[in-house]
Amino acid sequence: MLADADRLKKAAKEIRKQSLIMTHDAGSGHPGGSLSCAEILSALFFYKMKYNPKDPKWPDRDRIVMSKGHASPALYAALSEAGFFPKEELKTYRQLNSRLQGHASIYTPSIDICTGSLGQGLSVGNGIAMAGKLDSKSYNVYVIMGDGELQEGQVWEAAKSAAHYKLDNIIAIVDRNGLQQNGPTEKLMRIEPLAEKFHAFGWHTIEVDGHNISELVNGLDLATSIKGKPKVVIAKTIKGKGVSFMENVSSWHGKAPNDDQLKQALSEVEAN
Amino acid sequence: MQPGQKTAAIRDGYGKGLLRIAEDNDVVVLDADLQDSTRSLQFGENHPERFFTMGISEADMVSTAAGLATCGKKPYASSFACFLVRNALDQIFVSVCYSKTNVKLVGSHAGLATGEDGPTAQEITDISVMRSLPNMKVIVPADSMQTEKAVEAMHKQEGPMYMRMSRMPTPIIYDDSHVFEIGKGYILREGENAAIIACGTMVSESLKAAEELEKEGIKATVINMSSIKPIDRELVIETANKTKAVVTAEDHTIIGGLGTAVEEVLFENRAYVPIEKIGVKDMFAESGKPEELYKKYGLSHDHIATAVKRVIYRKAQNNRG
Repeated sequence: MLADADRLKKAAKEIRKQSLIMTHDAGSGHPGGSLSCAEILSALFFYKMKYNPKDPKWPDRDRIVMSKGHASPALYAALSEAGFFPKEELKTYRQLNSRLQGHASIYTPSIDICTGSLGQGLSVGNGIAMAGKLDSKSYNVYVIMGDGELQEGQVWEAAKSAAHYKLDNIIAIVDRNGLQQNGPTEKLMRIEPLAEKFHAFGWHTIEVDGHNISELVNGLDLATSIKGKPKVVIAKTIKGKGVSFMENVSSWHGKAPNDDQLKQALSEVEAN
Repeated sequence: MQPGQKTAAIRDGYGKGLLRIAEDNDVVVLDADLQDSTRSLQFGENHPERFFTMGISEADMVSTAAGLATCGKKPYASSFACFLVRNALDQIFVSVCYSKTNVKLVGSHAGLATGEDGPTAQEITDISVMRSLPNMKVIVPADSMQTEKAVEAMHKQEGPMYMRMSRMPTPIIYDDSHVFEIGKGYILREGENAAIIACGTMVSESLKAAEELEKEGIKATVINMSSIKPIDRELVIETANKTKAVVTAEDHTIIGGLGTAVEEVLFENRAYVPIEKIGVKDMFAESGKPEELYKKYGLSHDHIATAVKRVIYRKAQNNRG
């Protein structure tokens, strides 16, 4: 498939704008890690994955597990952009009676599993991948993880299981933005050398610039072409990407922009 | 245990139960390197393509089971109760209960009945913890056959469930004609002086206590409350109103388990009858033979019989008052 880079860039921009508006309107949420994975989601939803918004639980669909469940604004924005529900509904994020919970949940159309407690998504993805093998389905499972999340032991239990069962239908994507809630991952609890770690666990590793559409697209294509082992795409990103005062500032992990900040942020994203 | 009485370990029923439902190709079984002990290996040997050894990684196992369930599979994930419930609680909370995935969790080696392995392996908090999770159902069968039947019943009903089993051989109570229903308690013996509501291994202990009491002219009802959540509310209230004296018996901490569940039902329905809870006091036990531990930590049939006498005495006091 030929990637329409302009379309993907436009979608990433929309994911950023909506993530900012959602967290602003809710007065809470996680903008930093939503902005960092905008291109990743854009490449998955508008290039790589097969799905049908009219049949959200289509058995042959590619699956996405948002293991970093706090980046739900980006996921909701991508889902609405893909047509799973009207854009209007994004206004209900974090409000009472909404299908758009603070962290990704099964109440949102097409989402298969609740997340928000870090570390569980890769194991869930493995289970979906095993079911695909049992049923001879050709779908792929994409699991998006944060880099701080990799400090959770369960991630490495799952890394071992995916290799043991040769789950080549699972593609983990690490949003390697370098920051977690209280600062840099490497200062708080080192996770490098990351590619070597996954490699040692039996994974094929691919490293890309997570804001470069063509690198992402090529990396994902390479990932799905390799058989016999699980694959991880380590996407180097910038937390808060696209908004000057949010970029590389860990305090924007879980804080909403105020009116003025939103105005400036939206204009910067628009201008990029 | 009576001499010559037929016994089997409750967990043996799990392996047999899995074989009963194995013809459904969506049934898959996962274990965390205790498949020989939990008896899930019986399924694994017969259906290796649907059996997954997950290594000693309970958290991974539970979330993987949840993933399988999102695709219509019907996973059974088993280990020792202690490791399953304590190592994978967050996964059970998020991937299973909150996500409403059709995952059946099976914990073996529960309670002091685990014996010599000591307090690490003697899981005494699982009923309490699992019962408090939204969407979770909790089943504690009383013998091997009831376990087999429970596996079948769990298979028929969608949603998260936890089944608790024990290691030591216990007397056989049921035969193949037993119909197991989730949410139903079973009267095994009727008597008007008091009621013993028990689960798991303590059902046999309670029956023995009731037999001994009968020799002294005390007639006790014995109920096997094999479904702890949902609990058979009607049966609890009806029995309490009839006997006006209740003893609960469980191989589990007295905090939050069967006894607490029964108390909740009684209080919510203003059935203020005397109640005594037999169970592990707020403490860790030690290594020892199950029978020795039951004696030392207050779970034996003698302790149950004494508790029955106490509630009957309290009932008499109430009547005088």
